[in-house]
Amino acid sequence: MSSLLWEEVPISWFLLLSAALFSLGVLGFLIKRNLITVFMSIELMLNGVNLSFVTFAHQWHTVKGQIFVFFVMMVAAAEAAVGLAIIIAVFRARATLAVDRIDLMKL
Amino acid sequence: MHLILFIVFAGFCLAGAINLLLQTHPINSALSLIVVMTSLAVLYLLLGAEFLAAAQVIVYAGAIMVLFTFVVMLLNAGREERTRGSRAARAVGFPAVVAILAVMATVLLCAQGLGVSSVRDSITPTEELSAVLFTRLLLPFEVTSVLILIAILGAVALARPGSGEPQGGAGPESGADPAGSAERTGGK
Repeated sequence: MSSLLWEEVPISWFLLLSAALFSLGVLGFLIKRNLITVFMSIELMLNGVNLSFVTFAHQWHTVKGQIFVFFVMMVAAAEAAVGLAIIIAVFRARATLAVDRIDLMKL
Repeated sequence: MHLILFIVFAGFCLAGAINLLLQTHPINSALSLIVVMTSLAVLYLLLGAEFLAAAQVIVYAGAIMVLFTFVVMLLNAGREERTRGSRAARAVGFPAVVAILAVMATVLLCAQGLGVSSVRDSITPTEELSAVLFTRLLLPFEVTSVLILIAILGAVALARPGSGEPQGGAGPESGADPAGSAERTGGK
């Protein structure tokens, strides 16, 4: 029985980890002051959500959640390419990566 | 074994995510994000998603993070300076983060009927995944490839020298490129 206990992980622990990763991503989005690191926090949030998709796909014994994660990965790759290109364009125009100094649209 | 693997890699995951927030240099944050993504691949494997574990390593920890480190090194991003941040983030953002985490943790801990993940569970084979992907979801799959193509073109168009200035937009491509590159080499 004790060996059986070691072989099982409650599903809710995976979901708690996913919630913690998402919250850390939001926190990083708020406190980081570098444009690239803010972008990395968004990737962290995407990964947290992906983990909960895979967990629920395992819970309900369906393949749909995994396919959704596959599409999220593809969209994240496209998003990273475009986002980093935008960061390069911003750096070329403003010569800084600090989000406090990129304030052209600020009132 | 299952539980030990989960605890070890969930710990790596959380430590990497916290380290991402604490580091001030972007390259250190990028390397901690690679740790997070690779440990997540192990967690996917524990949940029986073998194809996604491989895709996580190849696409996220490989392609996307190489792009990130490449841009960090290309732009020579230095140490970030710590500022006070915005007032809205302090007033609304941090309480919202705490509220999100608290609500989700409460709901998940009180939830009934959530099962366990154990070693006896079957691994979802890649054939099963691809059978759905290439029959019922063929159109979204192909649309995704078009999306990737458009993203590549958009990234090239955005990152070209001279696309930041208003006169060197998408129109005069042959004229804007040598001027922009000459201006750039002259600046260096």
